[in-house]
Amino acid sequence: MYDGGKIIVGLLICLGFFLSPFFYNAGKAAKVPNPQLTEIAKEAQTCVMSKDYMTTSHFTLLDKWRNTVVRDGERYFKGENGKIYYKSLQMTCLKCHANKSKFCDQCHNYMDVNPYCWDCHIEPKESE
Amino acid sequence: MNFIISILFSGIAVSVIVLIPWICIGAIDGAFMRSLFGIIIPYAAIATFLIGIVVRVISWSRSPVPFRIPTTAGQEWSFPWIKSNPIDNPKGMGGVILRMIFEVLLFRSLFRNTRLEYLNDENGPKINYEWEKWLWLAALAFHYSFLVIFLRHFRFFLDPIPGFVHVLESLDGFMQLGIIPFNGFGMPGVYITDGLLLAAVTYLFVRRIYIHQVRYISLPADYFPLFIILGLGLTGVLMRYAIRVDITAVKELSISLFQFSPKVPDGIGVIFFIHLFLLCVLIAYFPFSKLMHMAGIFLSPTRNMANNNRFKRHVNPWNYPVKFHTYAAYEDEFREKMIEAGIPVDKGVEATSESGKKE
Amino acid sequence: MADTPKPEKTARINHIPPLMKGWMDTPVEIKPGIYCYGAKPKNTKAVGMPYPKEWNPTDDDWQLPENWKDIIDEGLRDRRDKYRSMKLFMDICVRCGACADKCHFFIGSGDPKNMPVLRAELFRSVYRKKFTLGGKIFGKFAGARDLDEDVLKEWWYYLYQCTECRRCSIFCPYGIDTAEVTILGRELTNLVGLNIDWIAGPVANCNRTGNHLGIQPHAYIDMLDFFVDEIEDITGLRMEPDINRKGAEILFVTPSGDVFADPGTFTAMGYLMLFHYLKSLGLDITWSTYASEGGNFGFFTSHEMAKRLNAKMYSEAERLGVKWILGGECGHMWRVINQYMDTFNGPPDFMEEPVSPITGTKFKNANATKLVHIVEFTADLMKHNKLKLDKSRNDHLKVTFHDSCNTARAMGFLEEPRYVLNNVCNNFYEMPPNTIREQTFCCGSGSGLNAGENMEVRMRGGLPRANAVKYVHEKFGVNMLSCICAIDRAVLPNSMDYWVPGVDVCGLHELVANALVFEGEKKRTLDLRAEYLPGMEDEEDV
Repeated sequence: MYDGGKIIVGLLICLGFFLSPFFYNAGKAAKVPNPQLTEIAKEAQTCVMSKDYMTTSHFTLLDKWRNTVVRDGERYFKGENGKIYYKSLQMTCLKCHANKSKFCDQCHNYMDVNPYCWDCHIEPKESE
Repeated sequence: MNFIISILFSGIAVSVIVLIPWICIGAIDGAFMRSLFGIIIPYAAIATFLIGIVVRVISWSRSPVPFRIPTTAGQEWSFPWIKSNPIDNPKGMGGVILRMIFEVLLFRSLFRNTRLEYLNDENGPKINYEWEKWLWLAALAFHYSFLVIFLRHFRFFLDPIPGFVHVLESLDGFMQLGIIPFNGFGMPGVYITDGLLLAAVTYLFVRRIYIHQVRYISLPADYFPLFIILGLGLTGVLMRYAIRVDITAVKELSISLFQFSPKVPDGIGVIFFIHLFLLCVLIAYFPFSKLMHMAGIFLSPTRNMANNNRFKRHVNPWNYPVKFHTYAAYEDEFREKMIEAGIPVDKGVEATSESGKKE
Repeated sequence: MADTPKPEKTARINHIPPLMKGWMDTPVEIKPGIYCYGAKPKNTKAVGMPYPKEWNPTDDDWQLPENWKDIIDEGLRDRRDKYRSMKLFMDICVRCGACADKCHFFIGSGDPKNMPVLRAELFRSVYRKKFTLGGKIFGKFAGARDLDEDVLKEWWYYLYQCTECRRCSIFCPYGIDTAEVTILGRELTNLVGLNIDWIAGPVANCNRTGNHLGIQPHAYIDMLDFFVDEIEDITGLRMEPDINRKGAEILFVTPSGDVFADPGTFTAMGYLMLFHYLKSLGLDITWSTYASEGGNFGFFTSHEMAKRLNAKMYSEAERLGVKWILGGECGHMWRVINQYMDTFNGPPDFMEEPVSPITGTKFKNANATKLVHIVEFTADLMKHNKLKLDKSRNDHLKVTFHDSCNTARAMGFLEEPRYVLNNVCNNFYEMPPNTIREQTFCCGSGSGLNAGENMEVRMRGGLPRANAVKYVHEKFGVNMLSCICAIDRAVLPNSMDYWVPGVDVCGLHELVANALVFEGEKKRTLDLRAEYLPGMEDEEDV
């Protein structure tokens, strides 16, 4: 007794599972996130930390900011460039990056990241 | 060969596997290296993995299962007034499916595990069978963590990302660890499975050394995949929580691979290439190793067959006729004695003298 | 024959394998008391097994055929193509160690190569070298090694220290069945003339005389006559068994051990009494001298030999023209019947679906093979109140039940014997749960290892079972170990005497016959063993 049919079905299911990314992505245009800088941001030229750091670890910084502000009342942050920043999501970060959908959401949606910033903060209203 | 040599052999092998991309990308670098480790090797590994599995399973399936040999672990189906155990002693297809589900998803057989405790004192030997579910627990934790982590990685593989990935992520990260512990420790949400996987793999490694019998039977081929998976887990965890890389670039790479238009974006850190290379080695090694138990469990004749041979015929495709000692030959030898003892015979006494003459 | 060490000495067991020396670097040492004698040429010749020779396993030279490596190689390839189990079980073991401490031989001996996983690794190592890329390239580091004479000796030594009981297989997460490895491994050893005589002898006998013990037809009748006399002494009734009778409705086949060796003989007497009791209710049954063996030592030789010996049952059933076959209490007999017989030698279309002539119950679970287990037959009688039973006649016994490996793990025959037991005795105590039912322990001497020269390993293998008996012996005063297997009845008395003196062994139908109340019988004062029934000690001896 070979049970060949059942084995082939099993193999197809297994292959289907492992090959699913190939099928799923087939024929779709590669959509690469493209975060836009606002004019204000462009003007500022530099963020509070380097671009590399901000790309991979901005949430660490935000977390630090939140804790130090809320718990210790420390309101000021010395950036890499020596400039002093006021630690505030709304007043500092979003001042430059006012374009949530064209900046934050670009990568967050691409990677299915769901930051809980807006659990407490008011989501910025974008003016088109 | 002893366990130290086995561990060293596998440990060195895995260290070399870590060093290769580290040196090639970290020190040498260049477009060629990045294509090699980002495109060529992953494609080769995926092909080896899939073709290897198919070839192996087909090779298994080309040998028949000549006899129906389930190991029965419960009461068989018999009288209506005797309660049978349809899962551990299936009567038909339905029971077999249930048994396999329990086996594959819950490791039912492993759950039976006990630990021998042997005492020998003035009262003579005493054998105890102690509670031992750690292996079962660790195996479950390991396999399910691995599965969840693999499925979570689909956020790198698919665009747009389907809902199940999001559900898995939020379940896996629901404790929101990493936000609280220290002031400004600043991690993204910590996944439970990350820790579980590393803990389980570590346990599986430690028990190989700690339990005398398991230490004795372990081969380098047992340590090697553990080390690879440990390396895979550690680099993954490092990448998420400490040495970060640009994950959007990583996703661009992986999607480009799946779309057969491979392109390695700039600026992906070396640790990613170590992680990827470990994975490639693991899956390329997979079809040639004991890891094939993933497919093998489904084909195991002691588990995937019903105990119904007494009422449902099983055919052996290579069954061949055998010569056996027939009754006629038997009677020829013993006829006189049989007649003397009053046992009915097929042929009379004359046959005895005839056969006697022939000799 | 090697002296068997005292229990105190045997019980000093170290379960910790060597720390620094791996098993591949530890050559086999063939120890007296553990190995069985090599097969005598007359026995292997009688059934046409290859390379018959006079040989002694302790000799350096095993007189292997010159091309033995090719023979094994060819044999391995052949079995790889024929048995999926072989390929699979060689490929997928992860060495998790769950089976390691489940084997009665490992528990009783501490010999690490008796761990099921390692017993299989002895094999796998060679398989890897021959058939896998990793094994060819990395050799020892991939757990692979060449087949040489020492390895072959090691195979032989440990393949004949496995009783194919399948306990390890219950615990294996992939269901890897060491019995399957042992069966195929033994086939290979037989290909180069390495059999053991305790298997080859019974096989040759069974082939010629119809039973393992080589009992010729007239001697078989003598034994039955002897039982008839004994039963008459006890009950005052004379049984009239039919032998080789054509036209009977049912053929009865039981292991010949029951007919020849105590305490199996009491079980055979039990069968005779039950059949006599049922005669007036319509039972039409015959014994056969040609198919006078239920057991099948061919199964411990090769699949082919199992088939050859098994073929006699259907052949005899056809010759006698019976409607179905009733099988006696036996372990591996039922493994073969339940998992192999119909595939080997079926379909037996000349027979009919088995129906109990007394209760009318259709044995639907046996309607392909047409073989009914006598315990299910009896259980059905009891369920329908067809037997008048006096349980109190077994009151002098405190009984426990030993599940035979094969009926438990190759059949799932667990409740029927317990049902029968509960109907015939008042004192039934179960052994601890890790030692009964599907987790039952082997008697330690199954699969053809019940020889005399390997008594030490038998006692070692019997330790886990004996230890569980000791527990109920001390806790409840159990003095009778009942079972439904002829090898059990032949070997458990030894291991009980050795480990738990004071416990006897019996078959289920001995207890049934003790309790069976016949019409017109004389006042029963003795049980089948001619010992006083409870409360009858003062009666006149008969």
